[in-house]
Amino acid sequence: MAISADDVRKLAVLGRLSLTDEEITKLQGEIESIVAYVDVIQKVPLPETSNTSTHLDLENVMREDENPHEAGKYTEALLVQAPRREGDYVKVKKVLG
Amino acid sequence: MELTDLSVKELGEGYRAKTFSVVDVAKAHLVRIEKENPVLNAYLEVFDDVIAEAERAEKILADKGAGAHLLTGIPIAVKDNILIQGKRVSAASKMLENYVATYDATAITHLKNAGAFFLGRTNMDEFAMGSSTEHSAYGVTKNPHDITRVPGGSSGGSASAVAAHLAPIALGSETCGSIRQPVSLCGLVGLKPTYGEVSRSGLIAMGSSLDQIGPIARTVYDTKLVFDTIRGQDSLDGTTLPNQGETRVSNKRIGVPREFVKDAQPDVRENFEKTLDTLRSKGYEIVDIEFPSAPYGLAAYYIVMPAEVSTNLARLDGVRYGLSYEGKNLLDEYEQSRARGFGAETKRRVMLGAYVLSSGYYDAYYKRATALRSVIAEDLAKAFADVSFIATPTTPGPAFKIGEKSDPVSMYLEDIFAAPANLTGIPAISVPMNMVVRDGVSLPVGVQFMSPKRTESSLFDIARDLIGETL
Repeated sequence: MAISADDVRKLAVLGRLSLTDEEITKLQGEIESIVAYVDVIQKVPLPETSNTSTHLDLENVMREDENPHEAGKYTEALLVQAPRREGDYVKVKKVLG
Repeated sequence: MELTDLSVKELGEGYRAKTFSVVDVAKAHLVRIEKENPVLNAYLEVFDDVIAEAERAEKILADKGAGAHLLTGIPIAVKDNILIQGKRVSAASKMLENYVATYDATAITHLKNAGAFFLGRTNMDEFAMGSSTEHSAYGVTKNPHDITRVPGGSSGGSASAVAAHLAPIALGSETCGSIRQPVSLCGLVGLKPTYGEVSRSGLIAMGSSLDQIGPIARTVYDTKLVFDTIRGQDSLDGTTLPNQGETRVSNKRIGVPREFVKDAQPDVRENFEKTLDTLRSKGYEIVDIEFPSAPYGLAAYYIVMPAEVSTNLARLDGVRYGLSYEGKNLLDEYEQSRARGFGAETKRRVMLGAYVLSSGYYDAYYKRATALRSVIAEDLAKAFADVSFIATPTTPGPAFKIGEKSDPVSMYLEDIFAAPANLTGIPAISVPMNMVVRDGVSLPVGVQFMSPKRTESSLFDIARDLIGETL
């Protein structure tokens, strides 16, 4: 499957990555060769009713709907790593234009 | 005999006989790290509290005496994607260069409770994506057997550290071969546990349906000791399995998928045959098996894993934590921060994940790959109805030269034999075979054994039988 430079630009938007033209050219060839490699799976005959889950023995595990720890216990440790904060909030740029 | 040459078992015996102290052992490792690490680049950071922690372990030993846990006072190297509270943990990425862990990974909690302590954090491919450590943002790690060659990856720093005796044991992690491949290339023992045996809480996520933490050691005994200590059900990881006692397979029959192993290099195949002869002489029966889906495993992996990577790494956006670049607007901030924080391989996989998950391609790739995973699981179930183990070389060849595999697909093929175990959640162990020679240098290469889920005990048995390790 041929991958165009425009396809790479679209994938970069989906992946939230700003890329240089040089990176786009390089990635175009690399992604094309990786997709060509994984395309081998199109040739494997799969049973009609094949399972879509590998770990058939897994089941959903719920915890109690209660506070796992006292409020504020980790607030400072986590917020201190935020690039920008205001009080006990992470500061973000405007979300809605 | 230097203290750094001793196995965990020998260190424990020495502590109990008071031949040397925990501080002696800690100091011996620090001296060796200082001497060797500038060349090897196995450790990204050596912790500043090693001696203090050794003194603390010394007290536990004094208090508990012979009843102390066998890991009390044992120094451990930890891959840089496993959280230790208060320590930096970067996943060898610029994105998390200054990130400090706010809690302990459950595996770390178990080791701390056992009285072990940590020497430092080891180099790896960024976010565990790679098979050589060349994708680390902090430079490549060298293979102690030949410093012009890679140690493998992604747990290459941990493997190099243990092989060079800069630590007796280390923690690594696997998504597809990231423990087994580096131990094969560094001449060590390593275990990829059954999915769900070891909690993933506090492991920086790459492919959540595949990731497992596991031990890297120089002996089978030490590998088992670490595994026994870190495993167990954990309320912080809903995929961990309920505790059950040691479970063993029923016979000594080993299946060899002949069509699959022909992808290994000729002298590795020869070595593999000799290994099978050794096992035969020790009472194992070798039979050929069909494993028709095996060669497609790696391709399925390179669809499932990037899909999970693109999802897991979405949280790294320059807003919550990690590298942040102030952009014109919020979207620009995301895109600029990620462009600066992520290396080339990480970007490739994030975009590949977006590709296989995008509408129009989802059915052809992600859905099909997921169905293929269950076909592989069914093939394995058929094989395990007759044999107890499946053996292959761990890797197609020994350590390759730094820079040799610049094309992504050629690097990916390093993990061709690893993929079935990760995709289906079964355990696998790698142990050293005879050396092979490249450019006049003897290099290690491993054999791997896979077995049904939760039969790690039998993997330790066969590994011990093969290398003649006695307890």
